[in-house]
Amino acid sequence: MTSTVFWTFGILAMLSALLCITRKNPVASALWLVVTLFSIAALFVLLDAQFLAVLQVLVYAGAIMVLFLFVIMLLNLGRPGPSDIKGPLGLGVAVLLGAALLFLLQPLTRTTLPSAISLPPGSVQALQQQQGIVGSVANPLFGAYLIPFEIASVLLLAAIVGAVVLAKRRL
Amino acid sequence: MLLSPALAFSAVLFTLGVAGVLFRRNVIVIFMCVELMLNAVNLTFVALAQTLGMGGQVFVFFVMAVAAAEAAVGLAIILAVYRHKQSVSLQNMNLLKDG
Repeated sequence: MTSTVFWTFGILAMLSALLCITRKNPVASALWLVVTLFSIAALFVLLDAQFLAVLQVLVYAGAIMVLFLFVIMLLNLGRPGPSDIKGPLGLGVAVLLGAALLFLLQPLTRTTLPSAISLPPGSVQALQQQQGIVGSVANPLFGAYLIPFEIASVLLLAAIVGAVVLAKRRL
Repeated sequence: MLLSPALAFSAVLFTLGVAGVLFRRNVIVIFMCVELMLNAVNLTFVALAQTLGMGGQVFVFFVMAVAAAEAAVGLAIILAVYRHKQSVSLQNMNLLKDG
C-alpha cells in the first residue's frame, strides 16, 4: 500500500518535472513545478519527514513559487512569443549529457548502507513517538546544529539587504 | 524498503533539472530548474535520514533556507538585468563576450 502510493507520487513528480522543463510558456512551467514540489512533499511524508513535508508546501510551493510567478507576470512573460528552447544541436547535447549523468547516478539505486552506521529499522518512528514530529527535528537543530542555524539567519539577512539594493531603481 | 526507489526518483529529478538548465534560454525557467535540482537533493537527504539519523532532515532545513535566499537575490538580479536589456534570454546576456 505505502509502496504503491510512493511509486504513484514519484512517477507524478517525474512526469510533472518533465513537463516543467519542456513547456514553452514560463507560467505553465512554474505551475508544473508546483505539482512536482507537492509530489515531493508527499514523498517526504512517506519517508517519515512530516515536518519537512509541511515546510516544503509552505516555503517552496507557497513562498518561492509565488515569488517566481510574481516576477514572470511583472515582466509580462506569459504572452506567446518565440520559443526559448534551443535548436536540435542544443537539445541533442542536453539529452546526451542528461543520459550520461543518469548512467553515472544509476549505481546509487543499488547501494546498501553498511550496517555499522545505519540505525535499526523503525528507530526514526520511535524517536518521533518519543519527542514529537517537530521536536525530533528541533532538538538536533537547536543543539548540535545551533551555530549553522545562526549562520543561516545571517545569510537570510544578507539576502534581504541584497534583494533591496538590487531592486532599487538606480543600481 | 523505500530507499532505493527514493534514490532513483531523486536521480531522475536531478537529471531533468540539469537537462532543463542545458536546453532552455529563459533565465527564469533555468532558475526553476535549479530549484528542481535542490529538491532532488533534498529527497536524497530525507531518504537517507530514515536509516542514518535525523541529521539529514536538519540539513534539508538549511537547504530550504539557502534556496529561499537564492530565489530572492536571483530574481532581484533578473529584474535588474531586465531593466537594462528588456529581455530575459541568455542570448542577450553577452556583455563579457568578445565582440
